[in-house]
Amino acid sequence: MSGIPHDHYEPKTKGEKWLNSRLPIVGLLYDTIMIPTPKNLNWMWIWGIVLTFCLALQIITGIVLAMHYTPHVDMAFASIEHIMRNVNGGHMIRYLHSNGASLFFIAVYAHIFRGLYYGSYKAPREITWIIGMLIYLLMMGTAFMGYVLPWGQMSFWGATVITGLFGAIPFIGEPIQTLLLGGPAVDNATLNRFFSLHYLFPFLIAGLVIVHIWAFHTTGNNNPTGVEVRRTSKAEAEKDTVSFWPYFVIKDLFALAVLLAVFFAIVGFMPNYLGHPDNYIEANPLATPAHIVPEWYFLPFYAILRAFTAEVWVVQFASFVTGGIIDAKFFGVLAMFGAIIVMALAPWLDTSSVRSARYRPMLKWWFGILVFDFFALMWLGAMPAEEPYATLSLIASAYWFGYFLVILPLLGIIEKPGSQPTSIEEDFKKKQLKKADKDDDYFSKPDATPAE
Amino acid sequence: MKFVKTVFIVLSAFLVGSFSFAAGGGGYVKDFDFSFEGPFGAYDQNQLQRGLKVYTEVCSSCHGLKYVPLRTLADKDGLGYSEDQVRAYAEYYEIFDPELDDYRAAVPADHFPAVVDAGAPDLSLMAKARAGFHGPYGTGISQLVNGMGGPEYIASLLTGYTGEEKEEYGSVFYENTAYPGKWIAMAPPLYGEDVDYDDGHANDIYSEAQDVAAFLMWAAEPKMMARKHSGFVGVLFLVLLSFLLYLTNKRLWAPIKKESISS
Repeated sequence: MSGIPHDHYEPKTKGEKWLNSRLPIVGLLYDTIMIPTPKNLNWMWIWGIVLTFCLALQIITGIVLAMHYTPHVDMAFASIEHIMRNVNGGHMIRYLHSNGASLFFIAVYAHIFRGLYYGSYKAPREITWIIGMLIYLLMMGTAFMGYVLPWGQMSFWGATVITGLFGAIPFIGEPIQTLLLGGPAVDNATLNRFFSLHYLFPFLIAGLVIVHIWAFHTTGNNNPTGVEVRRTSKAEAEKDTVSFWPYFVIKDLFALAVLLAVFFAIVGFMPNYLGHPDNYIEANPLATPAHIVPEWYFLPFYAILRAFTAEVWVVQFASFVTGGIIDAKFFGVLAMFGAIIVMALAPWLDTSSVRSARYRPMLKWWFGILVFDFFALMWLGAMPAEEPYATLSLIASAYWFGYFLVILPLLGIIEKPGSQPTSIEEDFKKKQLKKADKDDDYFSKPDATPAE
Repeated sequence: MKFVKTVFIVLSAFLVGSFSFAAGGGGYVKDFDFSFEGPFGAYDQNQLQRGLKVYTEVCSSCHGLKYVPLRTLADKDGLGYSEDQVRAYAEYYEIFDPELDDYRAAVPADHFPAVVDAGAPDLSLMAKARAGFHGPYGTGISQLVNGMGGPEYIASLLTGYTGEEKEEYGSVFYENTAYPGKWIAMAPPLYGEDVDYDDGHANDIYSEAQDVAAFLMWAAEPKMMARKHSGFVGVLFLVLLSFLLYLTNKRLWAPIKKESISS
């Protein structure tokens, strides 16, 4: 699969040869799992496995939940209580599923920001990046529709607000909204189609995950230095890499086990911490909750959506130029989707020839601010729409766009990059020497001095 | 590596500070001590039984518990009544049976009846549908330290009446320090010594309020003990697994690392 020279699967026995000449499935799996992987991957490269695990966890727990759930406005809420009280282990399965969504998003954000820092999106990995963004969008859709299924107050009002966004699109907005809802308002038809799509999307995600893996197995993994694996000969490639199995599988499983220990503590001891109490009140179209707040993983983009009010000059300008077609509401919707689109366009907005921010002294700082900005937006998304939060949201939203549209293109021109290592082997060696030195300081073992 | 560390710090800080909010907010909620708090806390069976008595004799005249099956009163890590006791208790309620097209005495297989006449909310999930603790400033630290505060909110509400009342548009509202809007439509349900406890426990208003709050927490989350047990076993095994995988990983990589230094 990969362009990195390595040993391929050779069928040895008669049976293996028989199978291989008909369906080379063993070879495909072998090449996938034995792919040469840069030695120097750090702990930020664990999230892929975590995400794969999350997808499997959500699909398995979700299939069990669907066996006991009733997608009907009069029965959905009660069927959740049936799962919580009467189904064997139902309370654990449901809490694993609802908190599993949070684990999924923590992992995907860490994964995305790792890609942004180490330049994983840059050529030749643009397709991997774009597929990843599509997966992320599908994840958001799946999570949103899943949150509607318990038919609590936040489910209902969240669905009303979010589908209302599509209604803000000029001319075609209302038909789209009606199509999404299956009628003029959130009702049984909405619940039914959301349930159907909530079941479908994870399998689309699974398909895209295979394409995502296929794409980066073709280009090879990025690594913390951003320096490519040497491909001139197999001997050189072997100095830069180790096989995925067992080296990274065991490493990633270790990281996964640590994360799952924390995850089980949350599920076991505080399963409702990340949720909203209002969702334990059955949906009531006649009573609007005091604050309609989306789940935490939507908050950064929710903050961007709300930041562009009619008082902002950009909005007024857009409204004036388009003769009122783009009003504040539609502008907010455009900004929210735009925030994800500019991120998806990062491969073409970043003009620097250097991949990893490790060797980009200026980008490091701007990236640090971007991470801070992301958490600031998340916090602002949960605050009420009033001052000073409105102004802060606007500043934070402006930085998000500024990072991708101004800073990334400009830095490539004005920044003087630091010197990169010549190979992954060199980087890995340097790191091990540094570690060995440190160990000496701790234990002062004279015989541990590395031979050099 | 510095970046990696920073990311982990930021991520963990963020996990600590979730951003969930509860509707309303603003009332004063006292942090009562409940036996079921913390990773190893368990329901106090006597307290739950006392709380059921308060619910039966006071709350149930206006509030239902429609999602709670009567048979779960026999749950071992809940109220722990015998099946005969549950059967005897169930007969106290009249249930409309659509097959008979008439009312009949409830049996353990039935749920607590829904009470709709008074327009009062159902209490099945009340302890999870209200949050007593918030923020500060949307950081979620208070909920992390003190818990979501559902039962604390209920106990605070029941003991939070000031005695002031006002009439608006023909309805009477009562001032309550725990209620987010200060003025609540529910008249003070407890005054102290409303119920005579079978176990001889003090029946002042604070005891009654805490007992019924604990009972409603059980009603909302009957599987809490099983859940905490699963969580504990899960954490224990995963920590052990992490340790073993850590050692496996270290051993696995040792020759690769050694080779890179000596080359």
